[in-house]
Amino acid sequence: MGHKIQLTINGNSAEYEVEPRMLLVHFLRDHVSLTGTHIGCETGICGACTVLLNGEAIKSCMIFAVQADGAEIITIEGLAKDEKLHAVQEGFWEHHGLQCGYCTPGMIISGVQLLKRNSDPSDEEIRHGLVGNLCRCTGYQHIVEAVRYAAKKTNEAATKEG
Amino acid sequence: MAQKLVGQRVKRVEDPRLITGTSHYVDDIHLPGMLYAAFLRSPYAHARIKSIKADLALQHPGVVAVITGKETKDKCGTVPCAAAVPDLKRPTHYCLALDRAYFVGHPVAIVIANDRYTARDAVDLIDVDFEPLPAASDPEAALKSGAPLAHPEFRTNLAFKTEGADISEIFKKADKIVKQKLLNQRLVPCAMEPRGVIAHWLPGEQQLTLWSSTQIPHLMRTQVALMLGFPENRLRVITPEVGGGFGSKLNVYAEESLLGYVSMKLKKPVKWIETRRENFTGTIHGRGQVAEIEMAVKNDGTILGMKYHIVSDLGAYHQLLTPAMPILTGLVLTGSYKIPSVSLSVSGVFTNRMSTDAYRGAGRPEATYMIERMMDRIAQELKLDPVEVRKKNFPKPEEFPFATPMGVVYDSGNYTLALDKCLELIGYQKFRQEQAEARKQGRHIGIGLSCYVEICALGPSPAMPAGGWESATVRLEPTGKVTILTGASPHGQGQETSFAQIAADELGVKLEDIIVVHGDTSIVQYGIGTFGSRATAVGGTAVYEAINKLKAKGKKIAAHNLGVEENAVEWDGSGFAAKGQGKRLSIGEIALAAHLAKMLPQDMEPGLSATHFYEPKNFTFPFGAHAVTVDVDIETGAFKILRYVAVDDCGKVINPMMVDGQVHGGIAQGLGQALYEEAVYDENGQLLTGEFMDYALPRTTHMPWIECDRTETPTPVNPLGVKGVGEAGTIGSTPVFVNAVVDALAPFGIKHIDMPLKPEKIWRAIQAAKRA
Repeated sequence: MGHKIQLTINGNSAEYEVEPRMLLVHFLRDHVSLTGTHIGCETGICGACTVLLNGEAIKSCMIFAVQADGAEIITIEGLAKDEKLHAVQEGFWEHHGLQCGYCTPGMIISGVQLLKRNSDPSDEEIRHGLVGNLCRCTGYQHIVEAVRYAAKKTNEAATKEG
Repeated sequence: MAQKLVGQRVKRVEDPRLITGTSHYVDDIHLPGMLYAAFLRSPYAHARIKSIKADLALQHPGVVAVITGKETKDKCGTVPCAAAVPDLKRPTHYCLALDRAYFVGHPVAIVIANDRYTARDAVDLIDVDFEPLPAASDPEAALKSGAPLAHPEFRTNLAFKTEGADISEIFKKADKIVKQKLLNQRLVPCAMEPRGVIAHWLPGEQQLTLWSSTQIPHLMRTQVALMLGFPENRLRVITPEVGGGFGSKLNVYAEESLLGYVSMKLKKPVKWIETRRENFTGTIHGRGQVAEIEMAVKNDGTILGMKYHIVSDLGAYHQLLTPAMPILTGLVLTGSYKIPSVSLSVSGVFTNRMSTDAYRGAGRPEATYMIERMMDRIAQELKLDPVEVRKKNFPKPEEFPFATPMGVVYDSGNYTLALDKCLELIGYQKFRQEQAEARKQGRHIGIGLSCYVEICALGPSPAMPAGGWESATVRLEPTGKVTILTGASPHGQGQETSFAQIAADELGVKLEDIIVVHGDTSIVQYGIGTFGSRATAVGGTAVYEAINKLKAKGKKIAAHNLGVEENAVEWDGSGFAAKGQGKRLSIGEIALAAHLAKMLPQDMEPGLSATHFYEPKNFTFPFGAHAVTVDVDIETGAFKILRYVAVDDCGKVINPMMVDGQVHGGIAQGLGQALYEEAVYDENGQLLTGEFMDYALPRTTHMPWIECDRTETPTPVNPLGVKGVGEAGTIGSTPVFVNAVVDALAPFGIKHIDMPLKPEKIWRAIQAAKRA
């Protein structure tokens, strides 16, 4: 039954044996114990399970673990570096971009991807970039502000370094 | 002295674990040897179960057991309903269906397997012979004679009926009677985290632990203990992180008892995590009311009386509070207005659908939607300004406390102030001028208002099914750190922060030296839970009062240790000081002295901890005014939201950032109902909107920018002056959208369009008006 795959998850490379039908999200949660990635629907609608796969935000309930063979995956647990929060995480904390926190990991990962593609997004572009992630608590306004904060902070840091 | 934290925009202490993915929701907990449960549920709204054959499932590798209703009938009890309604018909609600299934999603059998995939595979291997029966689906149709019966043994679908008073004499005095039928459609709460339960039986300790995603750990413990016939003190309920509730987890569900039973039977930990489809079919829905309203008015807009008839779609069974929803609607029926005479009648109707119950606002959004639509209808009929009609009927600030004919007493309010602020922010007069101009150019812009009042801080125990108090223990540890145990069980509202803000101010300690613990019945004293915008107003007051008790003891210890009389010491913000002597003891030093117990007043108990059970004397009544402007495209029926202004008054504000968050989120749910959401069952009782694919939750691009402002009218009900804000946005926002669209379409003479405001519906209303 087992199928061998090799994955680099949050910087750690390893080989795993998985059932071919195992969804990536279940693999991450149940086999690698990375439970920060959540499941809200299993049908690719809510975005709670969003992770970065080779730098692209994907819904990890929509692919099998075996399809990710050879990939580099970043989950919410791998976003902070050396105990320092990623700017998007910081933005969510500063601007109260979360309440129950369930959609938050997926929302943050989508925010990270949107800033990678567009370092200075307008509010409309932020909303467009997060349209695949559902949140039932916040009404999204503080999330937009959180991403705006992260963009500003990242750009300021880049200007300083530049 | 340090700056006070109450009233500050303090960042939440909950957040670091939530933004790094290191918190634990039920599904994140893994126990060694854990088994997984999956449910077989009825695909029919009403069916006879002729047989259940589980042989194939049992032979499937990895399957441990298949359990049916025959086995659990006498073991797992019945699902409780705590609502008291006179002459209520109560169908026995076993945890698993026996010979009949009564709604789509009704649990019929459980499979237990070694892993979750196997459990789900095996569900498909169970052969159930269902004989479909005619179903009661639409609640109004279900009341007609000859309609299929949801529960044939009752010979009617009417679960209860209350009659209204005869106010026909009042109606004779009216210049005009304004009538309208209004639909408050069924909604699905859709917490982002579905429900989930882990049960773990420890045979040695004779202890059963249930992890459940619930808003009410203690009430749930009591009820599940009764269901299982199991000693409550050996049952431990833990609610770890809870991913949203909105009322859907303010309940006791069959799965909680069933999982407990399964774990005790198999002597293994067992986990069940609800799928989204199960969440749509098997977790409570909200709203589901059809109302027929008549308002007796004078030509100047004065309201004389109101007749209100509700048909409430209860669903197949009474969950914890199902029949209480239309009753709650009744409590706040008159909204922000002086309406001297009210006749309310309610018909609660069984349908072969999932139960309705408390969903954010719970009965109050229905009332607010109705009254706020009617204020606009009255203005329309009398050709008055909707602002004028509202102001004419407001109670004045000096009339508070204000008793309504619905039997409640509004604590405090200044409704004109909130409305004026809202009108100023949205630029009401200017908008009316723009509207007149736009109409000349063939553009259809409109403005919608809502002046809501809600019943919060639920509530005085005599008015509640299970006690309306809340508890807190505040404990000073020997090192001066503060531990707060709260019976409220927050799940996103941020009380770990707001309660710590209260305690930091009252004790003069740093925020980071305080921990707020909740959601574990073995650690926390009995509590009620988080719902009905009560956690801060009731639970926060319990914290405040416990601190007062603790400080009273601390004062005695300080006086004794400083060698002065008790009346010679006073609180200096972070400790007790001997007046005029320059001697003091910090609260931390007092805590150490209390634990070392070497220098305590005679006969004093050691330790420094206090518990308070706070019983509120009244509800609180937050209020506010919301306004939205819209631009309707009459060719397509689609409309754009131009601006949204929310002026809320929730009494004293502990954390303005969190209050804004509650308002935004509440408005998103109100907008969801007004524009997009609708649980649609077909005539056979089949749920057509059973996934996120078919049920439209608002997304980022659907939400307007919300301009928030506040007035602050403290409540005299509790010493903190806080009223509650969890449901305000939902209650205030729903009617503004319908009011705005109908206002935009005033040139067509359109009187009303039911929610959700789909473009097609608006377009059809325009076409019908053009033809008329």
